[in-house]
Amino acid sequence: MADEHGAHGAHPTEAQYVKIALILAAVTAAEVGLYYTKFSESLTNTILIVMAAVKFIMVAAYFMHLKFDHKILRRLFITGFILASFCYFGYLMTLGVFV
Amino acid sequence: MATTPATATTPDISAHTEHGHVTNTGLSNEKLAMWAFLGSECLLFGALISTYFLYRGKSISGPTPEDIYDIPYTSVSSFVLLMSSLTMVLALAAIQRGDYRRLRVWLMATALLGASFIAGQVYEFTSFIREGLTIKTNLFGSSFFVLTGFHGVHVTLGIIMLLSLWNLSLRGKLTQDRSEVVEIAGLYWHFVDVVWIVIFTVIYLIPT
Repeated sequence: MADEHGAHGAHPTEAQYVKIALILAAVTAAEVGLYYTKFSESLTNTILIVMAAVKFIMVAAYFMHLKFDHKILRRLFITGFILASFCYFGYLMTLGVFV
Repeated sequence: MATTPATATTPDISAHTEHGHVTNTGLSNEKLAMWAFLGSECLLFGALISTYFLYRGKSISGPTPEDIYDIPYTSVSSFVLLMSSLTMVLALAAIQRGDYRRLRVWLMATALLGASFIAGQVYEFTSFIREGLTIKTNLFGSSFFVLTGFHGVHVTLGIIMLLSLWNLSLRGKLTQDRSEVVEIAGLYWHFVDVVWIVIFTVIYLIPT
């Protein structure tokens, strides 16, 4: 439940941190396994990007406590990240990298 | 002239919390500053990753990524850095409950895992140079060494930060009421980890 400052309550316990780390390790192992399968390059690449996004979000949400901290921190980071992503994606599109 | 008494909705800016001055957001300035800094770091690494993409596949001479990448080796390095995020968060949990001995154990474990990652990167760079890829060889070499080199410098600075905290704790100057110092150092460390998550996928696993 959000408090008056927008925080979302208690941080995970140590056992939960270990579980999150095990999930991250398993996703990394799956990424490497997928790299060697090569059944469809475009599909493989898409799944690899989704897996990296999952790992990124899990570390930011749980280890960096974005899920539990003040909402202003979430907004600061997510807004910055999205703006930076659009900025560089547009820049690469302009230079024909994805054509 | 009458003065207006402080009300319950007006923060008393002269008051102090355990983490410093009371702010309108309820957050410490140091933590907010670290998040703002990490936002600017997104732009830095975004620029370096974009440059790598821009030059990808445009080298007119080898070696190319397919020639020299050792994916199993880099996977182990990635795993080591990922696990250092776990030890970092355990260090924070330790200081928050006042367990200083475990704080030092986890801080040192994080620093050692970070140092292992850097040692692995130095070995990787050395083997690439031995195979003929330097920062001046081709566009791939330039963008690869600048991107991963910058990341390595960030990890090294993080290790120095962790060892400084370990030393402060050993001298009794890092107490439970200053746990936010460890949290802020941890934010930096985890950010370095998430940057590597992106680099490992887009640079190593999706090379072309």
